[in-house]
Amino acid sequence: MAKLHTVNKSPFERDALEACLRLAKKGSAVLLIEDGIYGAMSGTAISDKVKQAMSDVSFYVLGPDVAARGMKEDKIIDGFKIVDYNGFVDLTTEYDGVHAWL
Amino acid sequence: MSTTKKFLYVNRKAPYGTIYALESLEVVLIGAAFEQDVSLAFIDDGVYELTKGQDTKDIGMKNFSPTYSALGDFDVSKIYIEKESLEARGLTLDDLLDLKYEDEDDDYAEKDSIHVVSRDELADIMDEQDVVLSF
Amino acid sequence: MALEVNGKTFETDEEGYLANLNEWEPDLANAMAKVDGAELTENHWQVINFLREYYEEYQIAPAVRVLTKAIGKKLGKDKGNSKYLYELFPYGPAKQACKYAGLPKPTGCV
Repeated sequence: MAKLHTVNKSPFERDALEACLRLAKKGSAVLLIEDGIYGAMSGTAISDKVKQAMSDVSFYVLGPDVAARGMKEDKIIDGFKIVDYNGFVDLTTEYDGVHAWL
Repeated sequence: MSTTKKFLYVNRKAPYGTIYALESLEVVLIGAAFEQDVSLAFIDDGVYELTKGQDTKDIGMKNFSPTYSALGDFDVSKIYIEKESLEARGLTLDDLLDLKYEDEDDDYAEKDSIHVVSRDELADIMDEQDVVLSF
Repeated sequence: MALEVNGKTFETDEEGYLANLNEWEPDLANAMAKVDGAELTENHWQVINFLREYYEEYQIAPAVRVLTKAIGKKLGKDKGNSKYLYELFPYGPAKQACKYAGLPKPTGCV
């Protein structure tokens, strides 16, 4: 049961991303959307924690939400895959259910 | 003739995910008509409000970031950014909008509105205010 | 509410402001002025065009003092004052001119 976890809150305002990383099983995927995309940026107070989780979990970030917030794609942590809305839909079908962290 | 009070608007939320950032900006613009001594502070996720290059066409929301560049026209020329908040987010001043105002007392010279201040300096600025509104 | 211009229908709010800013065209401004019993001259158009340019750049209507300063720069100091703008737009320069320019009603100003 490899799940797709979505996180839509900023990691600096809520602990949704940290809770998700604590409980996501090996082989599952994490997709950062809306204010969650700040967790995909390098050089932040939380980026080391995200990098550590990369050995067990696949990371995705929603491109339109990155662009809307003026974040630069070249500052996204290496290993993240950028997806559009179609990619979001594909991920939901690839994995066994979605766990939306709020 | 009413006396001028010192107003500080504190912005702590990222744009688009919630309505706070836009609401704060609208209150600032409406409040500007009352000609008070207005300052803005951007701390925590509020620093994300001022990033340049925001492009919202694919999320179906209005990009309100260009409006921050009009603040100088509304006599809002004191914008404080907390240094520690920028650093925790891997951001520098170069990642933010270049906000300017024209100084009427100095032959309309164009000057920077943004001041990066430390947490301690910001605490002092907050302490000086008559009214603090937090978003 | 709606306005009929050149065979096209333009949706407006209850105060006559255009619902969709992108639909605006010059003839719509002329039609809105006619409703108010006014006729747009070159001087009106300079204000309307400035408002549209300002909104395009900042996504907001300018403060009245910004408008007066800009008009003064463009048309000479004698016109860069609110008296001149009120003569052109007796219902309030920001409110009336913004309406003709297809912009939303400005918040908290005249």
